[in-house]
Amino acid sequence: MPSTARPLSPHLQVYRRQIQMVTSIVHRATGIILVFGGLLIAAALLALTGGADAWACVTSLAGSWFGLLVLFGWTWALAYHWLNGIRHLLQDVGWGYSIAQFVRNGWISVIGSLILTAIVWVAVYSCGGIA
Amino acid sequence: MNNIDPLRAPLKNARGLGSAKDGTRHFIIQRITAVALLVLAVYFVALLVSLAGADYASARAAVARPFNAILLIAFLIAMFWHGQLGMQVVIEDYVHAPGLAMTCQLIVRFVCFLAALASVFAVLRIALGA
Repeated sequence: MPSTARPLSPHLQVYRRQIQMVTSIVHRATGIILVFGGLLIAAALLALTGGADAWACVTSLAGSWFGLLVLFGWTWALAYHWLNGIRHLLQDVGWGYSIAQFVRNGWISVIGSLILTAIVWVAVYSCGGIA
Repeated sequence: MNNIDPLRAPLKNARGLGSAKDGTRHFIIQRITAVALLVLAVYFVALLVSLAGADYASARAAVARPFNAILLIAFLIAMFWHGQLGMQVVIEDYVHAPGLAMTCQLIVRFVCFLAALASVFAVLRIALGA
């Protein structure tokens, strides 16, 4: 068999989707999202020091449907990256490498991130909502 | 790429620090900032939630409090540092054209560094009462 006909691994087109690869990809994707979120945090802080008018722009943007979508997405991305980051740190010290643990911890990251996001937004709206 | 040269002493290979010429420094700082952010990100979200619905003056007053200003600056530095290190790995893995890869790395470094400077400056300006 010629060497070029050998299956390459892992090749996304032929690789069955599974929790191990999806959690890894989503960890990177949420990391990239959070960098852009960081730029928004920097912009908001500059507006806060820039004056009441600039800050009013930030709050009206944050309160619009698009702003809420971005804030909600940022919360989930942070929750996921935070939870899955704990998982990566535990794996760095050698814990959680059996397949059963790996799959279970992946689902903890996914479902836990949704729960954390819900908790944060319940807290936001019980504290007075977005201005 | 002479890492398996039998005429080389092991120390020589260790000094070469691998193909990135950086040893484990990147890996370790990524982990240190990650551990810091485990705490600081929770603090930051709690601060944001406590400011939900707050007006301009009370948002400024909250950032100006020394406790908040210091932790905010710690959060911002750790976040942009961690973000730059992560983006660096993503670019190293997926951008294969050397010129484009270097351009992306420079842009990520400049943007993260400037954003860190700008946001820390903003917190300091509020905290020091300008």
